Amino acid sequence: MPELLPPFSLRDQHGVDRAFPPAAKSVLCFAKEDCPTCNLVMPLIEALHRDTTLDVLVPGQTSDGNATLIDRHDLTAPVLDDSALKVSFAYDVDTVPLVIAADADGSEADRLVGFDKGEWRAFFERHAPNLAVDWDALPDWRPGCGSLTQDPVIGERLRAEAENSPLRARRIEIAPADDVHEFLFDQGFTDGLPVVPPTPERVLRMLGGTRRDPQEVVATIPPNLAPATVEKVAVNAVLAGCRPEHLPVVIAALEAVCTDEFNIHGVMATTMGASPVMIVNGPIRHRLGMNMRLGVLGQGDRANSAIGRALRLTVRNVGGARPGGTERSTLGNPMKYTMCFPEWEERSEWPPLHVERGFAPEDSVVTVYAMTSGPSLIVDQNSRNASQLAGSFGLVMEGAHHPRAHHMGDCILVVCPEHVDTLKVDGYSKDDVRTRIQEVTAKRLRDLVADEVSGTGLDPQRAQAMSDEQLDRMAPKFASQDNIHIVVAGSEAGKFSGLFHGWASGPMGSMPVSRKIED
Amino acid sequence: MTTILDPTDERVPIARSVSPRPEAVTGSVALLDISKPRGNVLLDRLEARLREELPGIEINRYAKPTFTKPAPTELRQDIRERNDFVVEALAD
Repeated sequence: MPELLPPFSLRDQHGVDRAFPPAAKSVLCFAKEDCPTCNLVMPLIEALHRDTTLDVLVPGQTSDGNATLIDRHDLTAPVLDDSALKVSFAYDVDTVPLVIAADADGSEADRLVGFDKGEWRAFFERHAPNLAVDWDALPDWRPGCGSLTQDPVIGERLRAEAENSPLRARRIEIAPADDVHEFLFDQGFTDGLPVVPPTPERVLRMLGGTRRDPQEVVATIPPNLAPATVEKVAVNAVLAGCRPEHLPVVIAALEAVCTDEFNIHGVMATTMGASPVMIVNGPIRHRLGMNMRLGVLGQGDRANSAIGRALRLTVRNVGGARPGGTERSTLGNPMKYTMCFPEWEERSEWPPLHVERGFAPEDSVVTVYAMTSGPSLIVDQNSRNASQLAGSFGLVMEGAHHPRAHHMGDCILVVCPEHVDTLKVDGYSKDDVRTRIQEVTAKRLRDLVADEVSGTGLDPQRAQAMSDEQLDRMAPKFASQDNIHIVVAGSEAGKFSGLFHGWASGPMGSMPVSRKIED
Repeated sequence: MTTILDPTDERVPIARSVSPRPEAVTGSVALLDISKPRGNVLLDRLEARLREELPGIEINRYAKPTFTKPAPTELRQDIRERNDFVVEALAD
């Protein structure tokens, strides 16, 4: 049984609704006015209408163009207004003119695309054998033109509107009298800055950035324990200002933060004001044109800014972590808007972060950290050897959270290029830097006891119960030197490195998590 | 008319009702320490006062492994099965 063509009803130039199939043998000719081949064949189509019993219908792709076609060729054939392109889309028209001969039941009998004289002649012999056509006056061959439905922007709109659209998210109609941006603020969809309205077309384009199924669940996000589908992540990526190629990084980061190890629920809820910090490694940094140099931790780069923001907006909108709700930061920090940057792997001889964490250099990886503050600046313009400079790192890092807060968890040290050069003079590895930091920050426990200057420190009662030997034990700043995560970034000029302070680290708080970024 | 896609989880908030309040405190009372500093101090005081004023009740002490994460399911089940009341202590 032949497949039936999609039925439709469109209005012709006289305001009459013309339905397909018309209960008689018919010929459809999809055309657009600015296509020379459509103009070439229009007299033939008009002849089919005028001189045969075939029901001829000409769906034209623009309203103005239809009027011009009618004038130019004195058409009496019904030219149908398909300016919404719904019928062209339903017929998957790739090239115009597209001519389809249909039987009375609406099944396809024949098809022509573009103009090939031999094919057209045979088509006319089959369907209008008595029609006299001066074939010699016509060229042998003319290519057709692209259908308007193939225009990238129009195509996305049509796909988004089609019944088999991959989009499932609830559609919200914003009345013409409403300001779209004000509406988005009012609904609580933003982080306080304007967002890009997530129209179906934009979301569909965003989904083009990944091979994953739009309905695949990426993660379950607390506190709502809501399933975040690829589509929902894409909606929030649009809000954040991402480009489609950014989406795989956002998806990988979301997977990473929604692990028990990372504990996004606690990270968002804590009064300490922690926030995810994303570090990107591998070839994708270059593919996305991420900024790893001048002003790397600041504003100005779309990929860095939008990717970090998309993660935060997804956690906020899908997971429901909102300030005043389960998000309870005492102060908060600007990283709650966005914090994502790549490591400038090529600027040092050190193994990059993702390689240290067990990935291959050619893998693209995102690593997430829960950080409470940063970047705080480490200013050292004077040290000329590695041990002095790494010593400076330690002295500044001593102040993280509280100078007496020793046995601390994770921190991120961002080493600037000029500092990299100083460390390189003495051949310092990342581990040498870590060891030196632990060395210069080590304090006797007796020097960390709470006193009249500050009530924070080792509990005096506990200290009293300790032996002299115990009190003389040295405690470095960090519980382990593995808690010091080192990356390279920043501009060539300036001896300023940066430090991010962590939150509660380890299985009782949050642990760094890395995820490979897959297309 | 602009159409946008909903960026949220699309859940209609379900209003939660408060469980019925008994006339008197009897049976078992759970005191749950969320493991923040000095939460235990608050609960110690509360336990002393309860023992003084309601000598007939049984008091069970619990602690979450870490304040940063929701209580484990087993802990929540245990508290529910063995107690008639629960007091959850915050701190700071």
